[in-house]
Amino acid sequence: MADVTASDGALRRFLHGLPGVDPVGLEARAAALGTRSIKTTAKAYAIDLAISMIDLTTLEGADTPGKVRALCAKALNPDPTDRGTPRTAAICVYPDMVATAAGALAGSDVKVASVATAFPAGRAALPVKLADTRDAVAAGADEIDMVIDRGAFLAGRYLSVFEEIKAVKEACRREDGSAARLKVIFETGELSTYDNIRRASWLGMLAGADFIKTSTGKVAVNATPANTLLMLEAVRDFRATTGVQVGVKPAGGIRTTKDAMKFLVLVNETVGEEWLTNEWFRFGASSLLNDLLMQRQKLSTGRYSGPDYVTVD
Amino acid sequence: MSDRLSVFKTYKLFVGGKFPRSESGRVYEVTDSKGKWLANAPLSSRKDARDAVVAARKAFGGWSGATAYNRGQILYRVAEMLEGRREQFVAEVAEAEGLSKSKAAAQVDAAIDRWVWYAGWTDKITQVVGGTNPVAGPFFNVSSPAPTGVVAVVAPQESSLLGLVSVIAPVIAGGNTVLVVASEKAPLPALSLGEVLATSDVPGGVVNILSGKAAEIFPSLAAHQDVNAIDLAGADAELAKALEVAAADNLKRVVRPQAVDWAADPGTGRLTAFLETKTVWHPTGSLGAGGSSY
Amino acid sequence: MAFEYAPAPESRAVVDIAPSYGLFIDGEFREASDGKVFKTVSPSTEEVLSEVAQASAEDVDAAVKAARKAFEKWSALPGSERAKYLFRIARIIQERSRELAVLETLDNGKPIKETRDADLPLVAAHFFYYAGWADKLGHAGFGPDPKPLGVAGQVIPWNFPLLMLAWKIAPALAAGNTVVLKPAETTPLSALFFADICRQAGLPKGVVNILTGDGTTGAALVGHDGIDKVAFTGSTAVGKQIARTLAGTDKRLTLELGGKGANIVFDDAPIDQAVEGIVNGIFFNQGQVCCAGSRLLVQESIQDELLDALKRRMSTLRVGDPLDKNTDVGAINSAEQLARITALADSGEAEGAERWAPACELPGAGYWFAPTLFTNVTQAHRIAREEIFGPVLSVLSFRTPAEAVAKANNSQYGLSAGIWTEKGSRMLAVADKLRAGVVWANTFNKFDPTSPFGGFKESGFGREGGRHGLEAYLDV
Repeated sequence: MADVTASDGALRRFLHGLPGVDPVGLEARAAALGTRSIKTTAKAYAIDLAISMIDLTTLEGADTPGKVRALCAKALNPDPTDRGTPRTAAICVYPDMVATAAGALAGSDVKVASVATAFPAGRAALPVKLADTRDAVAAGADEIDMVIDRGAFLAGRYLSVFEEIKAVKEACRREDGSAARLKVIFETGELSTYDNIRRASWLGMLAGADFIKTSTGKVAVNATPANTLLMLEAVRDFRATTGVQVGVKPAGGIRTTKDAMKFLVLVNETVGEEWLTNEWFRFGASSLLNDLLMQRQKLSTGRYSGPDYVTVD
Repeated sequence: MSDRLSVFKTYKLFVGGKFPRSESGRVYEVTDSKGKWLANAPLSSRKDARDAVVAARKAFGGWSGATAYNRGQILYRVAEMLEGRREQFVAEVAEAEGLSKSKAAAQVDAAIDRWVWYAGWTDKITQVVGGTNPVAGPFFNVSSPAPTGVVAVVAPQESSLLGLVSVIAPVIAGGNTVLVVASEKAPLPALSLGEVLATSDVPGGVVNILSGKAAEIFPSLAAHQDVNAIDLAGADAELAKALEVAAADNLKRVVRPQAVDWAADPGTGRLTAFLETKTVWHPTGSLGAGGSSY
Repeated sequence: MAFEYAPAPESRAVVDIAPSYGLFIDGEFREASDGKVFKTVSPSTEEVLSEVAQASAEDVDAAVKAARKAFEKWSALPGSERAKYLFRIARIIQERSRELAVLETLDNGKPIKETRDADLPLVAAHFFYYAGWADKLGHAGFGPDPKPLGVAGQVIPWNFPLLMLAWKIAPALAAGNTVVLKPAETTPLSALFFADICRQAGLPKGVVNILTGDGTTGAALVGHDGIDKVAFTGSTAVGKQIARTLAGTDKRLTLELGGKGANIVFDDAPIDQAVEGIVNGIFFNQGQVCCAGSRLLVQESIQDELLDALKRRMSTLRVGDPLDKNTDVGAINSAEQLARITALADSGEAEGAERWAPACELPGAGYWFAPTLFTNVTQAHRIAREEIFGPVLSVLSFRTPAEAVAKANNSQYGLSAGIWTEKGSRMLAVADKLRAGVVWANTFNKFDPTSPFGGFKESGFGREGGRHGLEAYLDV
C-alpha cells in the first residue's frame, strides 16, 4: 500500500476511491444491531468484557493528582464488594498526570493512556505536538491518544495529516526500542460525514495507527453506533487488505450498560471474536463503569442496585 | 358537371409506418348505410396482427422515451393534419355512418379537437396522477406513471372516426404504442387516418391500423404474450368475455366494453387505464453523521 | 469465550389462542354450515395452535349477504364517522401489538423481530392513513363525490397475514365498501383476532366478515355473484384464474402477484449498505416476499469482492426459534412451501449453478431452509426465472448499465427492483428504464402506507397504498 501514500494526489485518489457510505443504510444497520437482546449468561459475559475494555477517563482542567489517584484505585478495584470484578483496561489522563497515574498503577496490568498532540483541538505546531507526545511517553504512558488535524483533513491536505500521524507514531518510541501504542482520534463529530470518517480511518491506519478512535468527548457528537460500525468495517477491510489488525475505540457519550452492549454487538457481528478483547477494542468512558457495576450487582444478587452501592470516583 | 371518371382509392393497412396490403391478399366489401359499394378494405389476418405487434413493440422504446412535450407536439400535429383533410373525412364519415354532412362535420371536428385535448395531456398527466409520497422515514419517495406497453384496441363499431380517435389518442398520449382493429363495417375513416398519421411526425409503429373482423383477428392479440393491454371498446359482450379470458394468460390490463358517449368530455379514464404507477425510493438522511440518538 | 447470545424468547403468555374458532359473519362467530374444520400449526414446531372452520359455499353466501346488508348503512355514514371507526381500529392494534406480533410469529413462523418492528407498526400505520381519507374522498382526485363499489371479496396470502389484511380492509372501509375477507389457509389466526378488534371498536356488524378456509373457499368468494370487487394478493397462477373467472362480469379486480426482483449492484455502490440491502432483500421474511430481491445482478468488476462480503454477512444470520428476539431468519411457512423451495433449489444445482449456504444448524421439528446463495446462474436457469418464494438468492453478473437493465427486465414479472450506485444520474436513468412497480435505490424492502405498491406485467395490476390505493375501492 506504500504507493498510495507516495504523494498528496495518490493519497487523495485512494481515499476518494473508497466505497461511499449511505448514511441511512449505515444507521439502519447500527440500529438493527442495537435491537439484539442480551440476556442472562450473555449479559454477564458482556458486562465483564465491557468493564475490561474501559479506558477510565478524566480529562478536566480541574484534574489533580488526588483525583487521578482515586480513579486509578477505582480502575484497580472497580467494585470493593466483589474482588472478582475485572479491572479496566487503562486510565486515560492528560500528559501532566501520567506520572501520577503510572505511580498509582505500578505493578498492575492496567495501562496508562495519555492524550497528546494539543488535545482536544490539536491546534499547535508539530514540534509542540511531538514534545507533548514524548513527554507523556517519557513519564510512563503505555498508550498515546493523539488527535488529528481536522482542519487539514477538511481542507483536503491528507498527506499533511498522514505525515503528522507518522511523526507522532515515531515519537511514541522509547529508548529501549519499544513503543507506546498509538490511538488516533478523528473527532468524527467534526469530520461530519460518514465518507470522511471512512477516509480518515484508512488514512490513520495507513499512517500506522494501532487504534482508531472516534472522539475526544469534547464536542457535541461523539461516539455513535453508526460511526463505530463504520470504523469497525474499516479495520475489518484494512486487515483483509494488509493483514494488519487495528483496534477501535469509541469514546464519549457511552454511559449505560445498554449502550455498551450495543457496541459489543457491533463488534461481535462486524469483526467478530478476534476484536472482542481489550487489546483491540476499548471504551473511552467514565460514568459507564458505575452503570456496568450496578448491572453486574443486579445479575449476581437479583436485586437492582443503586448509586450508593458503587463508588463515586 | 363533367363526365370525368373519378379515381378510386385503394385502402391499405397502416403498420410500422408503412401501408401494406393484407398478407392474406383478401379484401372485403365496404358499403355505405344504404348498401352502396364504397371500397374494398383489406381483410387482415392473424399474421397481419402479429406484424403489427412487432411494429408496435419496436416503436415502444423510442415513443415511451420521448419527452412528454415532444409527444404533445406530435399529437397536436395530427390535429393540424386532420384539420387540413377535414372535407375528406366529413365525406368519409358521412358515408360510413350514414350521417348528414353537418352531423358528419361535427364528428370530424370533435375528432380533431380530441387530438388537441390529448396533445395537451401528455405533459400534465404525470403531475395529476403522480407525486411525492410523505413516507415515515428518511427517504425521498416519488410515484410517477409509466406507459403499460403495447396496447391492442377493438375500435368502436359505430363511431368510425371520433370513437376511433377517442381510443387511440389516450393510449399514445401516455407513451404506449397501439394497434387498432377498425370498425368492421366502417373502416375507411380509420384507414384514411393512417395517411394522416403518416404525415404527422408520429414515428412508424406507434399507431398501427388494421381492418377486418375483430372476431377473427383479436383472439390471437388477446392471447399474444407481447401485448400488454387490450381495450375492448368495440367488442360485443360474447367476444369481449372470450378475449378477457384469453388476456388473463399474461395478465393484460383490460378495458371492458361499456356504453360511451364519444361526444362527451372523455376525462382521464382511458389515459390512466394504460399507465402503470412506478414508485421510486431513495434515502435522504441527515447532512452530517451526528444523527444518532445515543 | 465467545460472545454467544443467550436465548431471549418473547413471552408466549401475552397471547391466548382458543382451541377453536368459527367464521366471523355479520358480527358473530359461527361454525361452518357443514361443520368442517381444519387445523393451523406453528411452522417452527409443527405444534397445532388451533382448529378453525372451513367456510363452505353456503357460508360464503351468508357472509356476502351480511356484507351487502351492512353496505347500505356503512356507505351512507358520513365519512368522518367511518374515519373514527378506522382510527379506533388503528389504536386498538397499537395497544394489542405485542399480542398480535407473538400470534403472527406463532402462526406464520417469521421472526418476532419482524412482526414487532415491521408487520405490526405497518398494520397500525395503514389503518391510520386510510382512516384520514374516509372524509376527504372528494379531494382525492376522483371527482367531487366518488362512490364506493359495494361488497369487496378479498383473498390474502400467508406471508404477511395481518399486514395484507390491513392493505385490503383499510382502504375498502375508508371508501365506504364492506368486505368479506379470506385469510390464507395456513395463517388464519391474526384475521380472527382482527375480528375481535372490530368488536372492540364497535364496528357495525357485517361491515367486516372473515371467512377461513382453503382455496375452494377463496374460489367460491371471488366467483360469488353478490360481490362487486375482488382484491387478491397471492400467486400469479391463482391471479390468472381469478381474472378468467371475472371475465365478462362487471366486477372490478386488482391483483398483487408474484415477482422475481432484480437487485442491481454497480461498481460504485456503497458496498456495506448494498450487502445489507441484498440480505434484507432476500432473507427478510425468509424470502417469502413477492417483492423480494431474488436475483442479484452484480457488475463483474466487483463480483468477487461483493460475494465475499455477502457470504461473510450471511454467516452471521441467526436462523432458529422465531420467538427469540435475536432470530434473523425464521421458519418456512408450510411443508408445501418448503417442498417447493427445496425442489427449485435442487433444480439450480441440477442445471449447473453453484450452491452455497453458511454453516447453520436447523431445528429438527418444523419447516426450515438455510439461507442459500447460487452463483454461476444464467438467465436460462429456472432459479433465475421462477419465483422461489424462499431464502434463495440467484447471482448473475453484468458488464454495463444497459446490460443490467436488459437482464433485470427480462422477466415475466415486474414488481420490484433495486439499484445500488452512488451516482445520481445513473440511479435515475436505470430507475426510469426498469419495468417494475417499485424501485428501491440504495435501499430495499421499504414499505409505507403512503407509498403505492404493485406491479407491472404478470406481477398484477392496481396499486395498494397511498392515494392510488383508494382507486381500487371507488367507482371511478
